[in-house]
Amino acid sequence: MGQMIKVDMADLKICKAPDNLTTIGLGSCIGIAIYDPSTKITGLAHIMLPDSTSIRNNSNIAKFADTGIQKLYDDMLKAGANKARLVAKIAGGAKMFEMPGANAAGINVGERNAEASRAKLKQLGVKLVAEDCGLNYGRTVEIYSETGQYYIKAVGKELKII
Amino acid sequence: MLTLDEVNEKYFDVLKEIGNIGAGNATTAIANMLGLRIDMSVPEVAFLPVEKLGSAIGSEEEIIVGILLGVEEDIDGSMMFLMDMASAHHIVNKLMMRDDSYNEPFDEMDLSAIKEVGNIIAGSYLSALSGLTNLTIVPSVPFVAVDMAAAILSVPAVQFGIFGDNALMINTDFSDDLGIKGHFILMPEEDSYAKILTALGVPI
Repeated sequence: MGQMIKVDMADLKICKAPDNLTTIGLGSCIGIAIYDPSTKITGLAHIMLPDSTSIRNNSNIAKFADTGIQKLYDDMLKAGANKARLVAKIAGGAKMFEMPGANAAGINVGERNAEASRAKLKQLGVKLVAEDCGLNYGRTVEIYSETGQYYIKAVGKELKII
Repeated sequence: MLTLDEVNEKYFDVLKEIGNIGAGNATTAIANMLGLRIDMSVPEVAFLPVEKLGSAIGSEEEIIVGILLGVEEDIDGSMMFLMDMASAHHIVNKLMMRDDSYNEPFDEMDLSAIKEVGNIIAGSYLSALSGLTNLTIVPSVPFVAVDMAAAILSVPAVQFGIFGDNALMINTDFSDDLGIKGHFILMPEEDSYAKILTALGVPI
């Protein structure tokens, strides 16, 4: 059994089997797991916002779907992952509060985070093979680099594996 | 226009004052509602990187209660009041006149009671802010979530993350026989920081 390495909010990390990656309590954020079944090099990013170009304060590239996924992809290739074999799974993007209206733009960012993540993966040519996004609850995720299984845990719900 | 990180130092003092007055108002309101004498600790203002907000009030996976309200009129934004589960059960049991050992998951009535408490507490803080600034600030109806701390706190983390790298939070202990721990987060839209500080006569 390898180590379970923790990825914080607005953070990204890569590892290699037997180590695994986790991030805790995704709300409207997205946990993007990218996995190479041939080398078992695995990456996980915990992004908060969809688009770095629409925000002045964008120095932390792991905070955004566009720049965060790009960095994760680059880091994985640098570590020796096989570009053609990469697959992705994403989870999160919940709407934690049902608040309507213009003031809730940041509160309802989950759906836009999911869309931006899908778009960026598509642009990079990384196949999105599974996802568990939306609804109104938080998720803790674990990506296992031996199998590529993505575990999703939520309060009061059964463990989901995608 | 100043960024949030630049205004924070001035804003910090303002929040402390709001915390003091607001928690005082809230204490009185809750005490009246519950028929209890409640003491309040001097509020602390925590200034921390948004990435750390998820673990700011305990373990990231601890289940907590979050109450979210929009604020509008002279300033725009939202605010959140957070309680741990023990505090939420305690308040709901008092309101429902149940034995305090009652520990079942919240039903619809319980959640309504929690929203009502959120309304009162939010109103207390907002009237403190209104009083200090002479701005008209009106809260929306409350929304409640019971979930992992990190997931609930990701909401203010995103709000602050849009403008800067840091978040501000007021921590207050309301203590009666069992103790209620509360955390309050005000999330003005970027333009509203300037309005608050200008209204207070702080040069920006």
